[in-house]
Amino acid sequence: MELTREEESALKGEQGEIMQMAYRILVATGEATDAEKLIPIEWAHLSGVNYNTIGDAGEEFLSSISKGAKVKVKTSLNPMGFDIDSVSKYNLDDNFISKQLSIKQSYEQMGVIPSFSCIPYEIFDIPQGGTQVSFAESNAAIHANSFDNLKTNKESAFSALASALTGKSPFSSLRKEESSKLTIRMKIENPSELTYGMLGFFAGKVGDESVNISGIGKMDTRSCKSLCGGMGTSGTCAKFNFNENDAESETIDFDEKEMNEVYDQLNTSEKGDLITLGSPQLGLEEISDLAVRLKGRSFKKRCMIFCPRAVKEQATKLGHTEKLKGAGCEILSDCCTCLTPLIRKDEVDAVTTNSIKGAYYLKNSNGVDVNLKSLSEIIEDETK
Amino acid sequence: MKKILVKGKAKGKILKSSKPINFLGTVDKKTSIINDEHHDLFKKSLKDTILVFPYGIGSSVGAYTIYSIKSNNSAPLAMICEKVDLTVATGCALANIPLVTVSKEEFSSLENGKNILLDTESSNPITFLE
Repeated sequence: MELTREEESALKGEQGEIMQMAYRILVATGEATDAEKLIPIEWAHLSGVNYNTIGDAGEEFLSSISKGAKVKVKTSLNPMGFDIDSVSKYNLDDNFISKQLSIKQSYEQMGVIPSFSCIPYEIFDIPQGGTQVSFAESNAAIHANSFDNLKTNKESAFSALASALTGKSPFSSLRKEESSKLTIRMKIENPSELTYGMLGFFAGKVGDESVNISGIGKMDTRSCKSLCGGMGTSGTCAKFNFNENDAESETIDFDEKEMNEVYDQLNTSEKGDLITLGSPQLGLEEISDLAVRLKGRSFKKRCMIFCPRAVKEQATKLGHTEKLKGAGCEILSDCCTCLTPLIRKDEVDAVTTNSIKGAYYLKNSNGVDVNLKSLSEIIEDETK
Repeated sequence: MKKILVKGKAKGKILKSSKPINFLGTVDKKTSIINDEHHDLFKKSLKDTILVFPYGIGSSVGAYTIYSIKSNNSAPLAMICEKVDLTVATGCALANIPLVTVSKEEFSSLENGKNILLDTESSNPITFLE
């Protein structure tokens, strides 16, 4: 990989230890992915926030570098483990809370926007088309590439952090213009957002860097997010193309058989003890829609709703949170279904959700069973 | 040599494994002792070795483990792999541990217990020492 004189100087340590480390990460990532050079990026979105996932080693690392590090570009942040406003209600131990707060403080000290959201594409203005960004959250990277006309690879927590500190990323893979090697023909009629999640999960498994989808109708916001969340969960793929005729690529079908395989892998229970909505977190449009659909109804069991703090504040002003609380919902910001420490297998046997991403992590990380249903089915079956 | 992921120089004895290493799950972050009884390096410490193994597996959070063993002075002096993986690459970058990948033939020639000098700036990066 070619470096400029200034980049070489940073790599030698002439701009301090933190910059040296950041450039070492970019060079190692660049060499690993056959990048020819580094290019400027305008926005970094970091993962590696939840104490549940990064543990003591991550907390210590961030605490150590935050003393001297400052981000150079706009930098947003993934969810953490809890909502500060309601953490006392969830029986988390003091160690978890203090370590999580230390992580929060480290990021804030580095100048990161404490957005605690996995849907940066819904709560920040989108830069102009073709802008290079560096997103570590998989669903956000896929959404940015596929629906927001931005360019990013599926970054790691470390490469995105290095990009935030330097304002640069290795120029490789999806940052360049390349067509998909594989087309998936969508064969399922009348798909729900759950169907799109399963399509995404399937695409992530069979695809490499990007996948072309044909036969797909117009998707609403909920379905687009579900598609991206599904893909991010199952593989390394980070982009959808939507071309009807791509003669260059190999073609496979997504039909009943393929869909049922995904469903049978992720649906492990006939019913759930509680319901979760939001993985990816819900945006304002979904919250508003939910408030309308729940009018005159209330949940028969606990229902946890995860959204960014910014969305919760707007929804409160618009009167939606009051309506959702009236329908029995617990609304949590700053955290997400995915990798939450708030749902534990000693308290819960199974969770009902419409999220493929949530289902995967609830089963594999939290060890609880999952009952998959579309939002319409959840409202039909679980409210009165 | 195929790729230089993290530059540097190190002299030491090879500790070789034929199995991939999951840093998050199986390496003690203080002592760097492998605690997976199914691994061929079970109970061995990685401290001050030239660690030769095929590639890393498991969560990318394993990079923090590599940083931790370095902070606890129990890290390898260098790592040599057959394939690149981003977890080991970023972990070595965080911790400033030289990392290169080598061809299959070179990998086979790097036998356990041999002393070598690795210098990524040299035209002959790997030298076997007596």
